[in-house]
Amino acid sequence: MKKVYTDYIGNGNCCYFPELVKTNRAKILKKFFVLVFAGLFIGAVNGFFGGGGGMLVVPALTVILSLEEKKAHATAIAVILPLCLVSGIVYCLKGAFDFKVGGPSTLGIIIGGIAGALLLKNLSNNFLKLIFYGIMFAAGVKMIL
Amino acid sequence: MSEGWLYFAIGLTGGILGGMGMGGGTLFIPLITIFMNVEQVTAQAVNLIAFVPMALVTLIIHIKNKLVDFPSVWYLLLPSLITTVITSFYAVDIKSEILKKCFGIFLVIIAVAMFVSEGYKFFKNRKGRKANKNLTNIKL
Repeated sequence: MKKVYTDYIGNGNCCYFPELVKTNRAKILKKFFVLVFAGLFIGAVNGFFGGGGGMLVVPALTVILSLEEKKAHATAIAVILPLCLVSGIVYCLKGAFDFKVGGPSTLGIIIGGIAGALLLKNLSNNFLKLIFYGIMFAAGVKMIL
Repeated sequence: MSEGWLYFAIGLTGGILGGMGMGGGTLFIPLITIFMNVEQVTAQAVNLIAFVPMALVTLIIHIKNKLVDFPSVWYLLLPSLITTVITSFYAVDIKSEILKKCFGIFLVIIAVAMFVSEGYKFFKNRKGRKANKNLTNIKL
């Protein structure tokens, strides 16, 4: 995004194709607004559901900015981390955090997270993903009923 | 004691999936509310807090590897910070039962959307591979 900006708008005065500048500027503006609206939506979801924002940030980045998958995952963490911190603080201040549940499961999540990151390197997980979505669907239905 | 171990085991499951980049929180929350009868709000609070230390370590590694695309982080982050505070307050205040139902709907939508996009990718890849095959056949 930054690259396009410096290439076309930075030297707008001496451009031979003013309509080119115009369309690029319009494109950048459009992308900017789409990003901001996506941000508003992602923030709302992540605060309300206490997670799941990452599953929206990755497609947002790959579709709107056409980032590659690996970069999108890394960037998604950079977006989600402050969000989780802020809404986590709000939840705690309101007394929603329970240490009896939170202590052991936090420990489990951290250890599991490290294990998962190491596993990812030598595992093609297409099949695993489909199973995962199946479980998610079932859990969702169970929670609604 | 035994309950603590169960919480630990569920955290471990969610953590492994999260570390693999499949959205561990979205599985950790339903697991802990369905099997352990934990309140939905509590599960969400735990999920949010537990994510922070793990993500911090991962993020530092990613930044060192220059994988984080910084200008786009700000465009997404600043607007989302505003809405996240508002909806957090709202989520803590409404009834846990309603929150749980909303979360269930959210899960179903995400699962279907991901399934469709994954299937689309699979189909596209197969098509591409077929086209490649034809191309090589012609060349030969």
